[in-house]
Amino acid sequence: MEHYTMNLTLKVWRQANNKSEGRFETYQVNGISSEMSFLEMFDILNERLVIEGKDPIAFDHDCREGICGMCSMHINGRPHGPWHATTTCQLHMRAFKDGDTIVVEPWRAVGFPVIKDLITDRSAFDRIVQAGGFISINTGNAVDGNSIPIEKAKADASFAAAACIACGACVAACKNASASLFLSAKIAHLGLLPQGQPERKDRVLSMIAQMDKEQFGSCTFTGACEAVCPKEISITNISRMNKDYLMAGLSSEK
Amino acid sequence: MLDAKIPEGPLDDKWEDYKGHVKLVNPSNKRRLEIIVIGSGLAGASAAASLGELGYKVKCFCFQDSPRRAHSIAAQGGINAAKNYQNDGDSVFRLFYDTVKGGDYRSREANVHRLAEVSAHIIDQCVAQGVPFAREYGGLLSNRSFGGTQVQRTFYAAGQTGQQLLIGAYQALERQIALGNVAMYTRHEMLELVMIDGKARGIIARNLISGELERHFGHAVLLCSGGYGNVFYLSTNAMGSNTTAIWKAHKKGAYFGNPCYTQIHPTCIPVTGEHQSKLTLMSESLRNDGRIWVPKKKGDNRKPNEIPAEERDYYLERRYPAYGNLVPRDVASRAAKERCDAGYGVGTSKQAVYLDFASAIERYGHVEASKRGLSNVDADTIITFGKEVIKEKYGNLFDMYEKITGENPYVVPMRIYPAVHYTMGGLWVDYELMTTIQGLYALGECNFSDHGANRLGASALMQGLADGYFVIPYTIGNYLANEIGTAVIPTSHPAFVDAEAAVKERLETLMNIKGNQTAESFHKRLGKIMWDKCGMARNAQGLQEAITEIQQLKKEFWSDLKISGAIKDFNPELDKAGRVADFIELGELICKDALQRAESCGGHFREESQTEEGEALRHDAEFMYVSAWEYVGDHKWELHKEELEYEVVKPTQRSYK
Repeated sequence: MEHYTMNLTLKVWRQANNKSEGRFETYQVNGISSEMSFLEMFDILNERLVIEGKDPIAFDHDCREGICGMCSMHINGRPHGPWHATTTCQLHMRAFKDGDTIVVEPWRAVGFPVIKDLITDRSAFDRIVQAGGFISINTGNAVDGNSIPIEKAKADASFAAAACIACGACVAACKNASASLFLSAKIAHLGLLPQGQPERKDRVLSMIAQMDKEQFGSCTFTGACEAVCPKEISITNISRMNKDYLMAGLSSEK
Repeated sequence: MLDAKIPEGPLDDKWEDYKGHVKLVNPSNKRRLEIIVIGSGLAGASAAASLGELGYKVKCFCFQDSPRRAHSIAAQGGINAAKNYQNDGDSVFRLFYDTVKGGDYRSREANVHRLAEVSAHIIDQCVAQGVPFAREYGGLLSNRSFGGTQVQRTFYAAGQTGQQLLIGAYQALERQIALGNVAMYTRHEMLELVMIDGKARGIIARNLISGELERHFGHAVLLCSGGYGNVFYLSTNAMGSNTTAIWKAHKKGAYFGNPCYTQIHPTCIPVTGEHQSKLTLMSESLRNDGRIWVPKKKGDNRKPNEIPAEERDYYLERRYPAYGNLVPRDVASRAAKERCDAGYGVGTSKQAVYLDFASAIERYGHVEASKRGLSNVDADTIITFGKEVIKEKYGNLFDMYEKITGENPYVVPMRIYPAVHYTMGGLWVDYELMTTIQGLYALGECNFSDHGANRLGASALMQGLADGYFVIPYTIGNYLANEIGTAVIPTSHPAFVDAEAAVKERLETLMNIKGNQTAESFHKRLGKIMWDKCGMARNAQGLQEAITEIQQLKKEFWSDLKISGAIKDFNPELDKAGRVADFIELGELICKDALQRAESCGGHFREESQTEEGEALRHDAEFMYVSAWEYVGDHKWELHKEELEYEVVKPTQRSYK
């Protein structure tokens, strides 16, 4: 792999806090190596800003290996940037070329208010999980793991849905700011397993009610969420959720 | 005198006996007892959830925006448990024995045995929570091998085991939050421990969004804040992983156990340049199928695929025929360093070795062809089949490798090099996980307890969940049963006022240095000193130099640091500066501990103490103890020793040949 360096123009959303107005600021960054990660380029810019006595750009990040779900930049009009199935932290600079202009914004959704610059408040996702995204079992004497055999195909499908990292890219990509892909992944993860059956109906009803309360929009099935999901969560999970929702609504005994 | 409070009786019975006689707290009293949990990884989330279920009033704190983001999530390969589902001779004793041996006979027998005993319950608990472990076609749980063992006892969920286990614990935690038993404080960082009458009674935390300081009371405080590998700057830890919570506790009187025991993981993606902000692990599970090699010829610049098999040195298979590529991490790391130092390294930096899957792809391809009933299959088809199998097992790791390096590991061997990964050292705790401060506990990676001088793969997840789900719910009762008469102490108490004032003053001091160098630049310099002089190989002269250099760095930090922004604002620079200040002090202690321990054991390799074959040479007569360091003042520590007594295992020179 040939390495190269590049000079870039960055247009970054700056916003002091939730109350203030935001705007784009333009920065020139030079001598960026194609081997760097996208966030390492931001590190270099921020170091420079600190030295110049300016406020560095606030952005969420932690594991930098694509699994914690903390990083969340809307890059050139696409959540997590141009690479398929890739989080912002795993995006590397060889995706760009010398002279490029890169536009970086925070997630845009009513359910994700901006805290500062590129950082948004995603606590709504935790509250949606609190509404029923679990199996009600206390720590203690669970039965032997192998006493609950699970068909491999179902276990694999459950795992594929459970791979969701709750980054919120699906919401950011959706024209309705719907959280359906995130929510349906949890519904599928638990609903595909025998352990998840007793609470299956209540779970889907109360989690969807919470999603509405958090002001996420409805799903109109455009597929934008699936296209940008860094963990390739399938949109078929939404169909499964809708089916569960319908069945639960029709057969609810409450 | 350090009292580990190890229960009397035979090793097999200690934990059962303990549980049978430990003090209990009745449900109505539990509702009046408050517990603070710092951290929401596997140890913190499992402890907070389990204690909430029991009826205690719990407050849990994390610096991330959600408890689900704690760095346990990045653990890849798996979790060990003595289930013996494979009928390959595993047992509680074997897991116990492997762990003690893997730790190079520097861990406490009673703790490790308890860990092995509860390991099987962890799997059951996680399955019940809906953790989607890998399964066989018959619907039963699947296992694989990890380093340092000869059985298959590792449970896994592709290369995302930590993520799935953490989501399980996170869901249990969110359920307790919904029920009102746990209050969650995200984007909060503990900056001081509050002590009243010699007991831990609360914390001062900073709200990282507003910058405001907050006082929180607890009848007990649990630190579950993870490891301190970022003292080396470059490590596989998350960017935010830090030592601050345990360091504050240490300076208030909690002894620090074996700080120099750090794990350098053999299979990480090599450094590419000065811009590098972190290193990425390639799971140890890859060593099940990947073969590690370097060219037999020095400075061989041919592409790996152009080097014929007979000109490759599969050095682990050559040196350790019994365990081959599955030797423990410390052994594999040193062997890689040895080859690179001798001039056989590969890649542009020559600081890398190959991890090659070509033979596994071919082997699996043949198996797959035979499964499908095909004969006379051409070589390309075999390779295609084989790649499919490898993709199912390790797909996410291969994708990650390709994103970072731009190379396709299905075609070209991975290049790997050792990197800092885990810290076996941590706050000293007794059998009940209590530190030397009354009412202050340490769980998971931030304690020193179970892994000795080297941790075996797939044991970190096991220990974090064992501590949180199955140990602390019992042991904390033994303390809190005596606290039922203690009313909630109002946070207007002078101890809270003073602690908050001290934190405020420190933050102001940091902001007012107004020098010229960033926290990041100090962190990088500290990391370089640590890696060069206290890394994979250490010697007395280098360690003495490191101590002087770190003391100098500390002076420079406190006179030339530059932070932008304000205290009462969202200010990641200030957060980082506070953490780096603590890392610098810890770095000095690590080097002092490494200097004092003039033997090699596990991950701690002193060049002066090695066998003729270059293996770690222990000195049991002199060093068979836990080093527990007491902070007594600036740059000053006093060493206390907990002698290790082996009643069941007989320490020998570790051999994986």
